Amino acid sequence: MSRPEDNLPPDLFYNDVESRKYTTSSRIRNIQADMTHRALELLDLREPSFILDIGCGSGLSGEILSNVEPEEGGPHTWVGMDISSSMLAQALERDVEGDMLLADIGQGVPFRPGSFDAAISISAIQWLCNAESSDVSPESRLKRFFDSLYASLKRGGKAVCQFYPKNAQQRSMISTAAIKAGFGAGILEDDPETKSVKVYLVLSVGGGDVTGAVSGMQDVDVYDSRRRERKRGKEFAEKKGGKAWIMRKKGQMEAKGKVVKASSKYTGRKRKIVF
Amino acid sequence: MKLLTLNFLTCARKTCKSSPASFPLHPKDAELEQVETEMNAVFLRNILPRLEWEAMRSITTELGLPNLPAETPASEDLVEKDGDGDEATGGPPSQIARDLHALLMETCIASGKLVCGNCGHEYAVKEGIANFLLPSHMV
Repeated sequence: MSRPEDNLPPDLFYNDVESRKYTTSSRIRNIQADMTHRALELLDLREPSFILDIGCGSGLSGEILSNVEPEEGGPHTWVGMDISSSMLAQALERDVEGDMLLADIGQGVPFRPGSFDAAISISAIQWLCNAESSDVSPESRLKRFFDSLYASLKRGGKAVCQFYPKNAQQRSMISTAAIKAGFGAGILEDDPETKSVKVYLVLSVGGGDVTGAVSGMQDVDVYDSRRRERKRGKEFAEKKGGKAWIMRKKGQMEAKGKVVKASSKYTGRKRKIVF
Repeated sequence: MKLLTLNFLTCARKTCKSSPASFPLHPKDAELEQVETEMNAVFLRNILPRLEWEAMRSITTELGLPNLPAETPASEDLVEKDGDGDEATGGPPSQIARDLHALLMETCIASGKLVCGNCGHEYAVKEGIANFLLPSHMV
């Protein structure tokens, strides 16, 4: 099945027909509702908050935000951004409570610093990985988006973005851009290795430890790549006197024109220490 | 577009980012409407310290609404003092809270324009939705 972003940019793909189909499909509404609830779980908001809904579309997730029960920290006030006017028209028809902006998130998030308590995004940010025109690269759009998102959140604020990465490269492009903006970032995968895997980018302002977001949850394995990366760096770095180093030096000497003995399976082999 | 959101919205252009004049956006030819909404007192208490009161005052003046007091209301002003002096979350919302709710959450701009004080760009508002799409040469 081809991905929507392979064919058209989002404002053209989500035209009137497609927007109506999307909003009225019960299957899509259920999936979006599940993902919104999961994102709310990860955000763990204790009180009614001011939330930014990135790629709010027809307000499916926004409706859920407005209807969170007081016992669960709600109801929340939200502001949505979406690039498709047809989707926003659907939202108006459904009379959603949040304010909406017709905007391209790749151009940034136009709010003053520290505005929002939290940000949520359901199935939206993978659209940033496509270059719509030749003058802006996906990397610059991602940078603009994450930098301005970081500024618009309050200190200690959190953002959860569920998205559909096309491949590992897109995944890392998005998470690198988030980390460069200053966020502490983690990725949560629901149903990993299955076809219906759901990927959530969990971000915290201030670069702190993000694993706290899942500390209360069951069935979540935490893979902390931070410590492992430092260790791996040492092992893979060339040890002076090791085989890789010897081979490199031999190549250098040969290139210089010096006489070098031929390499064999005995070159740089670990010798038995007799003494 | 609630007046609450106007208190946070800035111009989207990169060149305006560092200029203080890009916030708040100034409403022009604005048509207002009152949308009745249920009061959320806890939310008001949370958002109060984050409001830019001066910006709020300039917006209300530009819209021709009654003038706001010069000082920002304090958190205690949002609840009526009970007889036993319990201010924490106890009392019912005060008149100030109700007025704030009516102003921020219920007063909405249905149509008009939002003008940046720095670059002069006008963002159109239609049916309550503001158009922030910038042509690529303006980004």
